[in-house]
Amino acid sequence: MGDLGRLFLNAMFVENMPLSFFLGLCTFLALSRRPATALGLGIAMIGVMGLTVPLNQLIYSHVLAPGAWGWAGRPDIDLSYLNLLAFIGLIAATVQLLEMVIERFFPAIHAAFGVFLPLLTVQCAILGGSLFMVERRYDLSESLVFGLGSGAGFALAVVMLSAIRSRLSYADLPDGLRGLGITFILAGMMSLGFSSFAQMVAQ
Amino acid sequence: MLAREGLLATLTGPLLERNPVTLQILGICSALAVTTSLDTALTMSVSLTIVLVLSAAIVSLIRRHIPGTIRLIVQIVIVASLVIVIDQVLQAYFFDISQRLSVFVGLITTNCLVLGRTESFARSNPVLPSVVDALGNGLGYSLVLIVIAALRELFGAGKLLGHVVLPLAEEGGWFTPLSLMLLAPSAFFLLGGLVWALRSVLPEQAEAPEVTPPEPQEPR
Repeated sequence: MGDLGRLFLNAMFVENMPLSFFLGLCTFLALSRRPATALGLGIAMIGVMGLTVPLNQLIYSHVLAPGAWGWAGRPDIDLSYLNLLAFIGLIAATVQLLEMVIERFFPAIHAAFGVFLPLLTVQCAILGGSLFMVERRYDLSESLVFGLGSGAGFALAVVMLSAIRSRLSYADLPDGLRGLGITFILAGMMSLGFSSFAQMVAQ
Repeated sequence: MLAREGLLATLTGPLLERNPVTLQILGICSALAVTTSLDTALTMSVSLTIVLVLSAAIVSLIRRHIPGTIRLIVQIVIVASLVIVIDQVLQAYFFDISQRLSVFVGLITTNCLVLGRTESFARSNPVLPSVVDALGNGLGYSLVLIVIAALRELFGAGKLLGHVVLPLAEEGGWFTPLSLMLLAPSAFFLLGGLVWALRSVLPEQAEAPEVTPPEPQEPR
């Protein structure tokens, strides 16, 4: 428990990716029509974020960070400006690998959320997780916990939003508000609710 | 003449009628986080428009040489390289704003708007229309960002671009700032309201209901 547990809760509730940082909103809004698809997306997010954030942490701290080449006698090499390219490449590779593994060993799961996996390559929340990891200087265990927590937070938010949306599908809304408009307002209300979690995790 | 009208329509279409943010749900990921003040929103708009136009031009230039199977990777690499350049320029000349934008400049890489335009338009069109289309979409995105940022800064802090517009009550004026405007939920509410307003003016954009409710049955 202790610091890592607090980091997990913080990443899941207080710093919820879609609701307080607006990351990953494209998929958050587009794939939240039905709870079943939302659940698939959420599970995929937990897996991908739990893998890519620690892997990117390894790459960053051993290859890209200023001074990472000190063991080779070249402490002046600073490759940190390459982090975007490296992270995106690693995320794409991980997603591809994960898809192949799931397709080979768990065909049922693959059929359930196969289409969303490739989409996750260009998901802002996943790249954002890795960039936050760099900005806040997490170490390996912290970045693993942070990745899992952010993924779990995304899953929770998307499942909740899809539940509300499927509840509302019979509601008689004004024409202009139907679809995207009401979804934004729902997300705003959820965001208001999540912001009160800030008191839950002791500072 | 006809070609010029076509170009003009490509440029102005995405401003209101086919706005990338409110109609196509593209690129909102970064649109909301940077709108707490007008100057960050302006920086973000300019950066995104530059990346969008340049990546559309490059992808369109080499569109006949990109193999179909790896085109996504090629496009992402082009976009990411451009974003790195923009990020370095911002850090060098606008360090203050670059700090406040934090990770969101980097996230232009995964902005669905950029990939969406290169994938759906620049990949199959000559350079000039692609650039015009990218510019139009970039301006449409900027328009939404600037409207939301101006509202949030004006009502949240009583300022526009750092200049006092509504004198605050604490400083002898009359305006009490709505601190909710500076928090995350208000961005959702404002964008939702904007979508509602736009779709009420242009009713053909409204989405069809997904399900029709069953007819109420007569009580027996």
